[in-house]
Amino acid sequence: MATMTGPPSIDDLRHRFLGALPVGIDEATIRFVDEECEWLMVRRGTVEPVHSSLDAGAMVTVWSNGGSGFAATADLRPEGIRAALAEAAWWANAVAGHAIAVDPPALTDRGSYHSPAGLPWAATTLGGRIELLRTVEAQLDIDPRIVERRASIGRRHVRSVLLAASGGQIEQTFEFTYPSMAATAASGGDAQTRTYGGSAYCGQGGVDVLDRFGFCDAAPTIAAEAIALLEAPNCPTGTMDLVVAPDQMVLQIHESIGHPLELDRILGDERNYAGTSFVTREMFGSFRYGSDLLNVTFDPTVEGQLASYAFDDDGSPATRQYLIRDGVLLRPLGGSTSQARAGLSGVANSRASSWNRPPIDRMANLNIEPGTSTVAELLAGVENGVFVHTNNSWSIDDSRNKFQFGCELGRVIRDGEVGEIVRNPNYRGVSSTFWRNLSGVGDADSFAVLGTPNCGKGELNQMVGTGHASPVCRFSEVEVFGADE
Amino acid sequence: MIDATYLDDLVANATRHLIGDEVLLAATHSESTVFARFNDARVRQAGTIDQSSIDLDLIEGLRHTQAGLRLSGDAASDRVRVVAAIERLREQRALVPDDPHLIINTDVTSTQFVGDDDLPPSDDALAAITRGAVGKDLVGIYTAGSVASGFANSLGQRNWFQTSTFNFDWTFYLQADKAVKNSYAGHSWDEQVFGRKLSDANAKLDALARPAITLAPGEYRAYLTPAALLEVVELLSWGSFGARAQRTSQSALLRLLTGEGELHPSVRISEDTANGVAPDFQEQGFLRPSEVVLIEHGKPVDALVSPRSAVEFDIEPNGAAGDESPRSLAIGPGDLEADDVLGRLGTGLHVGNLWYTNFSDRPACRVTGMTRFATFWVEGGGIVAPVNVLRFDDSIYNLLGSRLAGLTSEAEFVFDNSTYEQRTSASVKLPGALVDAMRFTL
Repeated sequence: MATMTGPPSIDDLRHRFLGALPVGIDEATIRFVDEECEWLMVRRGTVEPVHSSLDAGAMVTVWSNGGSGFAATADLRPEGIRAALAEAAWWANAVAGHAIAVDPPALTDRGSYHSPAGLPWAATTLGGRIELLRTVEAQLDIDPRIVERRASIGRRHVRSVLLAASGGQIEQTFEFTYPSMAATAASGGDAQTRTYGGSAYCGQGGVDVLDRFGFCDAAPTIAAEAIALLEAPNCPTGTMDLVVAPDQMVLQIHESIGHPLELDRILGDERNYAGTSFVTREMFGSFRYGSDLLNVTFDPTVEGQLASYAFDDDGSPATRQYLIRDGVLLRPLGGSTSQARAGLSGVANSRASSWNRPPIDRMANLNIEPGTSTVAELLAGVENGVFVHTNNSWSIDDSRNKFQFGCELGRVIRDGEVGEIVRNPNYRGVSSTFWRNLSGVGDADSFAVLGTPNCGKGELNQMVGTGHASPVCRFSEVEVFGADE
Repeated sequence: MIDATYLDDLVANATRHLIGDEVLLAATHSESTVFARFNDARVRQAGTIDQSSIDLDLIEGLRHTQAGLRLSGDAASDRVRVVAAIERLREQRALVPDDPHLIINTDVTSTQFVGDDDLPPSDDALAAITRGAVGKDLVGIYTAGSVASGFANSLGQRNWFQTSTFNFDWTFYLQADKAVKNSYAGHSWDEQVFGRKLSDANAKLDALARPAITLAPGEYRAYLTPAALLEVVELLSWGSFGARAQRTSQSALLRLLTGEGELHPSVRISEDTANGVAPDFQEQGFLRPSEVVLIEHGKPVDALVSPRSAVEFDIEPNGAAGDESPRSLAIGPGDLEADDVLGRLGTGLHVGNLWYTNFSDRPACRVTGMTRFATFWVEGGGIVAPVNVLRFDDSIYNLLGSRLAGLTSEAEFVFDNSTYEQRTSASVKLPGALVDAMRFTL
């Protein structure tokens, strides 16, 4: 047996997979994922250890006698894949009869996807990347009260190949980039941290992702705002208008629209861990989720957004769909398996974090469509309110109803004018009430295509990236408060 | 999964490829896990995961670079891939500056622990769960198998820690969000123990069947079960106990450190490696002491110090991992007997679980979160009715400080059921807490 040191070709993978199929099964798939990462950070003037990683493995799934089973292995030799298929077949038969019966996905398509080329990281050197981070991080060092500062870039190259015994073949290649920076200012028993969009400034692409979000120019403002927050008064308390920047809308969409619409939550799969949903199957088609201004799409076609793809991990072709239109709930976030179980149309969002986890319903790109108001027009309608930026705290009940979110920075709004910075802006509410109080949606000029790299869910636990794009939005009658409520 | 011999072979071979004064550190994680996920008492997903990985750190002087590799389990190809990774690391190292925070453990102390594997066959476990779930709306996950952490370096140190455990984490649902959360974890399955847990859960379900009440926001006397307190403690573990967070004012316990905040004198928190189930070494081969006291008599004592922080802040390392999070946290018990909990609570909330905690004001250690699962209204020491979910928003300096009325005399050992990327061997041991007044806001 020859020593195998790299991942197999698709032809080799297919040959090994088809050559080892157990007899008597209904269907089988193999989903191979290989991934290459690099993480660089400069912190407090020191280059942290350069870390890279290589990962490769495959998940095989077997359907048999009404049951299905999984087996994940990094042994991609013919004997490794054969053993995994036998293990998955054992599980399929072991659970048949007391399993939630699911048909295998109809995977007959052949297709591919590749992240937008952008400016590839290969055009840069490791030394150049480190130097860039040193320059950016040094710009955060503006005041002795800045006690912690860091700048980092993470990048991942991920290739996924899905093959079905019945003939389908999907190959997708992704390039992800995650720039980040933060400054913490402290004095005595107080500390304030200002970041570069939380973790929302990320996307598909290479060096161009840094340019997209102004990474190289952001540090002076971030450091200055950290100091300003340390000196700022607390956010006022009261019921008032709330204007929300896109880097907080990311979180608002994610927690109070995305998770409640996940069909596996609605079906109860997540009740032991991530939770259930206040949304029920009967609501689709009629439930007023938000005001007439609320239009939400599942859109895997946005170029460069974090969770764009052509097929989900069950091999379903992914297309743009309205989930909420003019405020009315239309469609859940559910892949082919959940759609069949619920008897509802959904979207192609069955996703796995890697080869070692089975796909479940996840958000992908979940976006609020732009409206027609300029930011100035949104602000003009506010007599007394707060403009909040960048999430730093999130908490919501297991039905995704009662939430409380906190932001890094607020600015008071008086009579349509943006005023001074305030710190510790928090707000709370109930999901559907909150969205029904959406009173203004910004136009395309305030629209930002962002994401979150770390959405956790599932048993076994899985962390995936999700995309969220939004304009600036305004909400009325929101319970807002600061630190000393 | 790989074993200690496999790691030894990989690193011994890699060591022969080192040049000059190079030092190689290697840490591994390996697991063979079966899982079965349930919804409505039926299996939703089930299967097996076999995975092993190695993290390499190639050092020369103060320069080093790191790489993670997935291991295939094929020794011949893994040997080649590790050597190829070392060559890449060597090339990268030429491009990085000195690392002033680098420190190597030169005290070569090898250890090995391999626990017994007394796990039930997967089909036996499935059968037991299926029997226990008859007529119930059960949702949850069963995981079982061996998990191993290893360390080896080119100086000859070898450490291996392997345990075989199961964890059945499940919920009985009555209706909507009225449910009883349970877990049964250990090294060998005992049908009688599982049966008692089923009986306890069924009894709580009966109490949940009473009509639920909705409480207005306000302050209520409350008892937090160990499972509820765990949600708060896990949030604190997220960057509060580490030296780096504390020295850079990012710790949520900042005001405890500056003397502006106080915890109750009965609060004692430690990293209790001796009584946990986590390895007694960290990923760079530093050994963990049996205990690191973090808070004693309500006052800060020590922090979790990683090797990097030790150099950065000129303090002694104490075996903390790079993230400086606890692996075997323990909160000392008090004197509140379990049988007296409801009586001492009198009138108030018996909180079975909290959920989704986060900071609403981090420097003030103010925390928000939700009640979840079995939470009851109690009057006169007796359960009256389940309570619809409530949001709390309160300071740790209240909950475990000025308003702490007592800790239970028995601390509960809780296996960490987290499975992000891989199963963990972390745990927390903690009592329940009686609080004079807890603030609920929504």
